[in-house]
Amino acid sequence: MMQIKNLHAKIGEKEILKGVNLALEKGKVHVLMGTNGSGKSTLTKAIVGHYDVSVTAGTIEYKGKNLVDMPAEERALEGVFLSFQNPIEIPGVNNAYFLRAALNAKEKYRGEKETNAAEFLKLMRAHAQKLGMNPDMISRGLNDGFSGGEKKRNEILQMEILQPDMILLDEIDSGLDIDALKAVSQGINRMKDGERTFLVITHYKRILDYIHPDYVHIFQDGQVIKNGGPELVDVLESEGYQAIVKD
Amino acid sequence: MAEEAVEKILAQEYQLGFTTDVHEDRVEPGLSVAVLEFISAKKNEPQWMLDLRIKALQKWEKMQEPHWSQLEYEPIDYQSISYFAAPKKAPNSLDEVDENILEAYEKLGIPLDEQKMLQGIAVDAVFDSVSVKTTYTEALKEKGIIFCSISEAIVEYPELVQEYMYSVVPMSDNYFAALNAAVFTDGTFVYIPKGVRCPMELSTYFRINAQNTGQFERTLIIADEGSYVSYNEGCSAPQRDENQLHAAVVELIAKKDAEIKYSTIQNWYPGDENGKGGIYNFVTKRGICEGENAKISWTQVETGSSITWKYPSCILKGDNSVGEFYSVAITSKGQQADTGTKMIHLGKNTRSTIVSKGISAMQGQNSYRGLVKVAPKASGARNFSQCDSLLIGSTCGAHTFPYLESQNATAQIEHEATTSKISDEQLMYLRQRCIGEEDGVSMIVHGFCKEVFAQLPMEFAVEAKELLNLTLEGSVG
Repeated sequence: MMQIKNLHAKIGEKEILKGVNLALEKGKVHVLMGTNGSGKSTLTKAIVGHYDVSVTAGTIEYKGKNLVDMPAEERALEGVFLSFQNPIEIPGVNNAYFLRAALNAKEKYRGEKETNAAEFLKLMRAHAQKLGMNPDMISRGLNDGFSGGEKKRNEILQMEILQPDMILLDEIDSGLDIDALKAVSQGINRMKDGERTFLVITHYKRILDYIHPDYVHIFQDGQVIKNGGPELVDVLESEGYQAIVKD
Repeated sequence: MAEEAVEKILAQEYQLGFTTDVHEDRVEPGLSVAVLEFISAKKNEPQWMLDLRIKALQKWEKMQEPHWSQLEYEPIDYQSISYFAAPKKAPNSLDEVDENILEAYEKLGIPLDEQKMLQGIAVDAVFDSVSVKTTYTEALKEKGIIFCSISEAIVEYPELVQEYMYSVVPMSDNYFAALNAAVFTDGTFVYIPKGVRCPMELSTYFRINAQNTGQFERTLIIADEGSYVSYNEGCSAPQRDENQLHAAVVELIAKKDAEIKYSTIQNWYPGDENGKGGIYNFVTKRGICEGENAKISWTQVETGSSITWKYPSCILKGDNSVGEFYSVAITSKGQQADTGTKMIHLGKNTRSTIVSKGISAMQGQNSYRGLVKVAPKASGARNFSQCDSLLIGSTCGAHTFPYLESQNATAQIEHEATTSKISDEQLMYLRQRCIGEEDGVSMIVHGFCKEVFAQLPMEFAVEAKELLNLTLEGSVG
């Protein structure tokens, strides 16, 4: 689904990604783990075209195109979705209005009929209910005054409505209580259809017990240093990163 | 990133900057009794009106131009302005209106042809110094409603005009009001009789076309006991290199249990990116809630003009009367706006609400200036003010000057103010959700203004949104 080859990238003058190679297989759940500051979030930012990150070398191949030179909104329209680690608040912009505009933009891009307001509200209410969200968040400002857990549920809600093909989840599980973690994981599982590809960044095994990853990659100092299966997580949990880095 | 998006959007040309070629009657530049006599004669005014004009001129000549605001501009040479310009042929019916003028209004999206008109909106169109066409007059007359140009009202309804004109904004109220009192050329007159609810939106469209002219319109709206009217005004002007002066006066009178809703969409030519040209919009607007339970509501969307200086105000004289002010003011390029309101609480249990939204981009400077005054007898008076500023980029400015004066211990005054900025991080979030930069800016700006837009009549709300799109975002329509 996505091939990242020899990707180098800087934030400001500092080189963060130092030759990332990563193959994300269609329909699979990949997990990316690594110490704080190793460059995991920078990798997701490079994939979605965040202005903070400048790619200096390498390619990100996706659906036969190199994403590196593509504007951020076009990458999103092509089905790349990032659940942000800290979703930003946009007061005044109604949550439902925003999400319908996003969905309509995508439908327009694909030449599909645009979902009208009534259909959309029905859709949004149904999804919000599944995620155990308070119905009033539909009409509140985008992430405005949302708790950490509400913001993460809202990211999952957006994912479920926009139906992306390549899903990047940056610490979707951080700061969640047990109920929220369960709701978020169920949302992710609902999206698994053997076609969609996931890249899940996490520090904890907890979420992986719900979403059952296919592959685990270890990230260290701007590179993928080890690839393996779910068993790698157990090694990490018992021995820490040092054991793998030494290998 | 946010700045780039805005700059791209702002590179758009002013869309209403065309000029219309009509044969015009105009008076030589300059201000004198002779000029007033000329205007008065052109309009077939009675002697009392000319006498009032001359009195106003004498007062104006003794006054000083005010310079207390934050505004910066070159001195205005009042002797170089032509105070009257009118299409040569005075039309008696739509058939006689100059085709070029009809076409100009078509371009503005205001067809004057009644067949094509939007159902339910009566229009008075003022072109330079004269009203060229008022529609639906007959239909309104059946209910006893008077909707005509002020020139016509002076001749046809002198008692009403003499009783109310200058009663809310006295001719010596301020420098620009005095100038207007002397030279005003046209404007709209509305009278709603007792207990009548005006069945349609009334609106006036002002257009400055001629070069080196000022537009000095005067609007007078009287809502008699228990009546209701919703009135809208729109404005635009051609693109010219020199500055043009617009000094209007609006007076509103709401009697017991009456309500006046006054909405403005101001889109005068704002000048170019170097701050050259554009309209000086120096306007005095004031309403009085004369009787109990009267209500006056001002809603304004200010997108144009090089300089805007206006403070639509309410005098809350009747007990339990209500004043409201909802404003969106946007300044970009070299535009300056100093706008706000005055709420003067005189009666018991009077209430006022102020919601002001200022948006600044590029080098735009936006000031909110508001006075809430509670007189000794206004027990139980309440005010709530909310002033929010939105900054786009780092070269613009927003300023808030609230003045609160309370002389009654039972009064409650609340003031809230916020300043926010459209951040690159917000636009990035929206882009990651398929929404491009221009649409993202638009979405955030509309979200910021929605409390004010909600106050506008539907057709005007649509126009206001489109105008914001033109001023700040990509092209629409």
